[in-house]
Parts: sequence; C-alpha cells; structure tokens
Amino acid sequence: MTAPVDEEPRAAVGEPLVVLDGVNKWYGDLHVLRDINLSVARGEVVVVIGPSGSGKSTLCRAINRLETIGDGTISIDGEPLPEEGKALARLRADVGMVFQAFNLFAHKTILENVTLGPIKVRKQKKADAEERARELLDRVGVGHQADKYPAQLSGGQQQRVAIARALAMEPKVMLFDEPTSALDPEMIKEVLDVMVDLAKRGMTMIVVTHEMGFARTAGDRVVFMSDGQIVEENTPEEFFTNPQSDRAKDFLGKILKH
Amino acid sequence: MAVWDAREQLLTGFGITLRLTLVAAVAALVLGTVLGAMRVSPIPPLRWLGTAYVELVRNTPLTLVFFFMVFVAPRLDIILEFRTSAYIALSVYTAAFVCEAVRSGINSVSTGQAEAARAVGMTFGQNLRLVVLPQAMRSVIPTLVNIFVALTKNSSVAAGFFVGELFGLGRTLAIRNPAEGVAMLCGVAVLYLIITIPSGVLAERLERKVAIAR
Ligand SMILES: Nc1ncnc2c1ncn2[C@@H]1O[C@H](COP(=O)(O)OP(=O)(O)OP(=O)(O)O)[C@@H](O)[C@H]1O
Ligand SMILES: [Mg+2]
Repeated sequence: MTAPVDEEPRAAVGEPLVVLDGVNKWYGDLHVLRDINLSVARGEVVVVIGPSGSGKSTLCRAINRLETIGDGTISIDGEPLPEEGKALARLRADVGMVFQAFNLFAHKTILENVTLGPIKVRKQKKADAEERARELLDRVGVGHQADKYPAQLSGGQQQRVAIARALAMEPKVMLFDEPTSALDPEMIKEVLDVMVDLAKRGMTMIVVTHEMGFARTAGDRVVFMSDGQIVEENTPEEFFTNPQSDRAKDFLGKILKH
Repeated sequence: MAVWDAREQLLTGFGITLRLTLVAAVAALVLGTVLGAMRVSPIPPLRWLGTAYVELVRNTPLTLVFFFMVFVAPRLDIILEFRTSAYIALSVYTAAFVCEAVRSGINSVSTGQAEAARAVGMTFGQNLRLVVLPQAMRSVIPTLVNIFVALTKNSSVAAGFFVGELFGLGRTLAIRNPAEGVAMLCGVAVLYLIITIPSGVLAERLERKVAIAR
C-alpha cells in the first residue's frame, strides 16, 4: 500500500498545444490545404511527410502565420492566431522556426544571431542573453564559432545555430521545415542528433522531414500528406511498416527504393 | 592672377556648396530611407504615398522644384529664406532617388532574412531596422554615392535662386573679369572635384569595410 503523497501539480503533458481546425488554403485556384484537422499535444513530436507539392511547407508556415489561410482556425496554446501586427509578433516569439535554408542573419555574428531576438523581442539584458546564447551554442556543438559570421560556417553548423537561435526564445513549440534537405549527407546526422536531443527534453515539435530514422527514434506520430490533405496518421512504426492508404504505400515505395 | 585674388570669395562659395550638399545629403538619406520603407510596407496607403512621391518628384526637373519652393510656397504663406528653400528643394528632390536605391537594396536582401526575423517575433519596424536595412544599405552604397555626386553638382541650381554658392559666385566673378573667365570657371570646377572625387574614394573604402561574406 502506498501512502497518499502530495501529488506534484502535473506538468501539462498531453493537452493540445497546436490545434488546426478545418484549415483550407488556396493559391488562386490551387487548393493547397484541404480541410486540415490536426491537434499536436504538449511534448509531442509530429513528423509530417509526403510527396513534393503536397502542402507540407505551407502547413508548417501557416502555423506561425508566415502564410495566411483561407478558412478554418489555427490556435496555439488556446490562442487563435491574431492578424498581422504586434500580437502576432508576440505569438511568433513563442513559436520557433527552423528553415531548410537556415536563414541566419548574414550581417550578424553567430552569437548576435542567437541574442538578437532575446534582446530586441524579449527585452533581455545583453549579458544575460549572451550567457544563455553561449550555453545553447555549446549544447548544439558550435560554441567555439560564436564570433564568426554565418558564411564562415558549414551548412550543418549553420543549421545548428539556427536551432539555437530559435531555442533562445524559449518557444512553446518548434517548427522544422525540411531542416536537413539542404545539407550534405555527412552533416545530416549532426543536425538530427540535436533534434533528437531536443525531442528527448520534451520539446513540442512539428517536423517536416523524410528522415525515417528521425521519425522512428524521436517521432510520436507521423502525418502523411498528399495533395493538400492529411491522408493518414499513425505511429512511426505502424506507418512505415504497415501503411494503410495506397498513396502512402506508393510514396514509401518510392523513397525506400532510393 | 584673378583666380588667386578671388580665392576668399571662391572659398566662401565652396563652403556654402559643401554645406548645402552635406545637409541635403543627410536629409535626403533619412527622408529617402523612410520613403523606401513606406514603399515596402504592408500598409497599402503608405505604399501608395511613397510611390506617388517618387513618381512625382523624380520626374520633375530640379529647377521646377526650386521654382515651387521660391515662388509657389510663399503664396501658401510659407515664407522661407532662399537658402532654406535651397536646402529643402535639394533634399526633397534627392530623397526620391535615395528612396528608389533603398527600395532596390531591400529587394536584393533574400526573403529568408525577413522571414527569419518575423519568425523570432520581430515587428515590421524591427525587422527593417535590424535585419533588412543594414543589409540593404551595404548593397546600395555605390548607387548612393552616385546620387550624392549628382547632388553636389545639382546644388549649382541654387545659384539661379540667389544663393551665393560656388557656381553662383564663380559665374559672377567670371562675368566681372571676362579676361580670366575661363580660368575662374576652371577653378570652380576643381573645387567641385575636391568634393566629388574623395566621396567616391571614401565610398569604395566603406563598401569594402562593410561587405558581408556570403
Ligand atoms: N507562393 C506560392 N504561390 C503559388 N503556389 C504556391 C506557392 N507556394 C507554394 N505553392 C504551391 O502550393 C503547393 C504546396 O506547396 P508546398 O511548398 O507546401 O509543398 P511541399 O509539400 O512543402 O513540397 P516540397 O516537398 O517540394 O517542399 C505546391 O503545388 C506549390 O506549387
Ligand atoms: Mg516544402
């Protein structure tokens, strides 16, 4: 028999953090997101996969409103995405984003890349922001590059800095849009390792990637998209070994052959 | 020799030209950058205003801008000294060109830079000030120098409006000493070169210094 213990207030694991409800988007006549319903729980790692042009990037970018949507709603931590303006900027600060092309600020040093948001957006003191930035850069393995400029780093290093830059904002959720597909093969692992570590630490992540290894080790759920629709959702193991839809089978057949 | 005898007057003119140019350059840089920012702003009325300004001013002869300042403004109860009118006319005119340079500079910065800035939660203003403009300005330094060299020469239009700047004084002196008129005007030309050539050299240095490795 166990004595009644004072239960710690449970960390809010499992409650929905990012919720997309009936989201549609058109580019002119092109219907790129079709009735997307997706709920990502706090601490969950969702891997988005699908053929080119299926709308993965659009979905990812809609979540921090880099792309506007036609109809439906998207909310983060219970708050619907506001219109462009101060409120949206505040919300974006809580959503980390890592781009395929890294997009580090070219005129800033690595350290400045990581401290710019905390200082200007979070209004942290420079010394505090720098201390935290150095910790993060060490954590992603580029601490000794702090004073260089982005162009002096390899792609893998730049992408790890980009992850540190996003983490410095203490985001509630991180979005990754094909973070390794612009990298040479030997650099992919170093970036994935950082992402796996992040997942282990409980970060909520939405990751567009075709890296099955990552999906299997770190993913809680795979979302398969095709033609703007979510066609299939499952655990990574089930999805890769036993896909249900023809489109998923077809797609997996193609990427496994390569 | 008359040029040497007139050196004090010429130097006074040189000083006025230099001041006209520098003040108008700074004012045009500020105004032009604001206009350039307006032209890329997400707020349509600001964009329209910026576009209207550029199209109107850039396609108007500078002399007409001066005329407007000197003859039309007083009718609207805006009474200004000629010298002040010259400052304003040159700044307003040059700003239109600065605006276009800044705008093309902004367009040369890859969209990923601005997106990354938005994604960390920067507002439009912060994005422009901290990320886009610093990169845009570097790529437009050569264009800006051309604009400022043109401004230096354009400041001579002020002579037509009774501002005793370098060209105006030089011309008066040349008319007073027809025998040495050519020498006088050559002296004037040299003084202009003293402003324009170093600015080119300075700009090249600056450009090399702030170049971003890519
Ligand atoms: N700015 C745009 N204007 C018009 N159409 C667009 C635009 N951006 C994307 N599209 C179209 O929307 C569809 C979805 O694009 P999206 O980039 O989201 O696909 P994706 O799944 O990320 O593909 P990939 O694997 O190639 O990155 C595509 O058909 C694409 O051509
Ligand atoms: Mg994509």
